[in-house]
Amino acid sequence: MRRAHLNSWLLAAPLTLVLAVFLILPILLIVAVSFWSSTEFSFGPDFQFGNYAYLFGSAVAWKVFGLTFLMAAIVWALTLVIGFTIAFFLAFHIRTLKWQMALFLLTTIPFWTSNIIRMISWIPLLGKNGLVNQTLIGAGLIDQPLEWLLYSGFSVCLAFVHLYTLFMVVPIFNTMMRIDKSLIEAARDGGASGFQILTNVIIPLTKPGIMIGSIFVIALVMSDFVTTRFMSGSQLANVGRLIANDIGLLQYPSASATAVVLLITVLLTIGAMLRLVDIRKEL
Amino acid sequence: MEKRPLSFYLLGSFFALFMLFLYGPTITIAILSFQGPEGGLTFPLRGVSLNWFRELFMEQAVGDIWGSFRRSLALGLMVMVTTVVVSVMAGLAFRHRFAGSTVLFYLVIGSLVIPSILVSMGIGLLFDRTGIGNHWATSAFGAHLTWTLPFGILIMFAVFNRFNPAYEEAARDQGASTWQVFVHVVLPLIAPALVGVGLFGFTLSYDEIARTILASGSRNTLPLEIWGMTTNVTSPVLYALGTLTTVFSLSLVVLVIVAVTVMQRRRARAGSDAGSGMV
Repeated sequence: MRRAHLNSWLLAAPLTLVLAVFLILPILLIVAVSFWSSTEFSFGPDFQFGNYAYLFGSAVAWKVFGLTFLMAAIVWALTLVIGFTIAFFLAFHIRTLKWQMALFLLTTIPFWTSNIIRMISWIPLLGKNGLVNQTLIGAGLIDQPLEWLLYSGFSVCLAFVHLYTLFMVVPIFNTMMRIDKSLIEAARDGGASGFQILTNVIIPLTKPGIMIGSIFVIALVMSDFVTTRFMSGSQLANVGRLIANDIGLLQYPSASATAVVLLITVLLTIGAMLRLVDIRKEL
Repeated sequence: MEKRPLSFYLLGSFFALFMLFLYGPTITIAILSFQGPEGGLTFPLRGVSLNWFRELFMEQAVGDIWGSFRRSLALGLMVMVTTVVVSVMAGLAFRHRFAGSTVLFYLVIGSLVIPSILVSMGIGLLFDRTGIGNHWATSAFGAHLTWTLPFGILIMFAVFNRFNPAYEEAARDQGASTWQVFVHVVLPLIAPALVGVGLFGFTLSYDEIARTILASGSRNTLPLEIWGMTTNVTSPVLYALGTLTTVFSLSLVVLVIVAVTVMQRRRARAGSDAGSGMV
C-alpha cells in the first residue's frame, strides 16, 4: 500500500510541480500584491485594504462586474440552446455512427484554428461596408448602413457564440450518445409524444453534459478580455479589460485587487455548478 | 427505412445554418485574401491576385511575422511534448487513489477555470519580481501548460475509465516488469488518445493570446503579433496571414485524423491470435 502511494506520488510529481510554480505561486503573489500600495509611477510591498476599498466604492467597477455577469448569462443561454439543438440533431436524428462522427468532426474543426483570426473574419461581413450591410441596402431594407453590427455589444456576443458554442456541443453530444436507446423506446411505447420524450427523458439524462458545457462557457466568458476588446473596438468594458487597463497604467496593486475579486466570483460560480455534477464520472 | 419525421428537416436546416455561421466568416476572409492590389478589407473584389501573400513574404513589410511564427512553432512543440508526458504520468497516477489525489484533481479543474488574465499577470509579475525575467520559452511556456495540462489530463481520465486492466494482468502473469507492461501493453493501447492530447497541446499553445500577453517578455509569439497588427494594419495582408495560419492548423488536424485512422486500421488488421494455438 505504501509503495503504491509512493508510485502515484512520483507519477503525479511533474503535474504538481507545474501547477505549484505556474498556478499557485502566481496567484498567491497576486493576492499579496492586492494589498500593496502604489503611486503614479511605482508600487511596492505594504499591507493595506485601500485597493479593495477603492474597488468596492467605485460605481464603475460595480457596473462593469454587472455587465460581465450579464454577458456571461446571455452567451450561456444562447450557446446552451444552440449547442443542445446541434447535439440533439447529431445524436438522435443521424442514423449511422459514421455520419454522426463525420458531422461531429465538422462541428469541432474550427476549434483548432486561431480565435483571433476567427474574430477578424467578421470584419468583412459586419463592417460598415460589409457584406451584411451591402446586402440589406441592396435589398432596399435600409438606407443607412447599420453601425451596431461591428464594434458593439452585439458583435462581442456574436463572437462569443461563434467561438464557444462548441464547448457546449461536445459534452452534451458525449452524454447523449451514452443514453440507452431502449429508454426512449420505452417512453414511446408508454405513449409519450416526441416533446415529452425530450423533456422527461433526454433533458434530465443530458444534465451532466449541460453542466460541463456551462462551466466551460461561463468561465471563459467571465474571464475574457481579448474578445471583448477586439470585437467591441475597445468600447465595451468587462472585468478582464478593467484589469488589463490597470496593468497598462502599471497599477498592479489595483489590478490585483480586481483580479482577486474576479477569481473569487468565478470560483464561487463554478463551485456551485460543480456540486451538481461529478466530472470524473462523466469522462 | 423508417420515414424521416418533420423535425429531422427542421433540425437539419438549423444544423446547415449553424455550419454556415461557423465556416462563413473564415471562407470570406479566405476569398478576400486574394484581393487585387487596389482592393480593401471588404467586398467587392478588385481583381484577383497573390499580392497580399507576396507582401507577407517580403522583408519586414509588416512586423516580425516569420520570427514570431518560428517562436510559436517552437513553443507549441515544447508545450505539446510536455503536455503528453506529464498528462500520461498523471493519468497513470490517478488510476489509484492516493493521499492528496482529490486536492490535485480540483487543482487541475481550477487551472481550467481560473481566469487566464490572472495566470498571465501572476506569472509575469513572478518572473519579473524574482529577476528571472519573462521569456516565451520559460514564463509563457509555463502559462500555456496551465491551460493545456487540464485538457490532457481530462482526456487521460476518459481513456483510463474505459481501460481494461485484464491486458496488463495477462502481461504481468507472463512475467513482464512494470516498465515492460507500460511500454508493450499500455502505451500502444493509449497511443491514439496521446496523438489527440498532443494536438490539444500544440494548437492551444499555438493560438493562445491571454495567457501569453503579460508573460512572454519582449519577443512576440504569432498570435500576439497578429493581435498587434489588428490595431495598425488595415490591408488584406491580415487576411492573407489569417488564411495561411488557418490552412496550417487545418493541415495539422487532417494529419492527426489520418494518423489515428491508420493506427486503428492497423490494430484491427493485426487482430488477436488468441486461440489459434489450440488447434
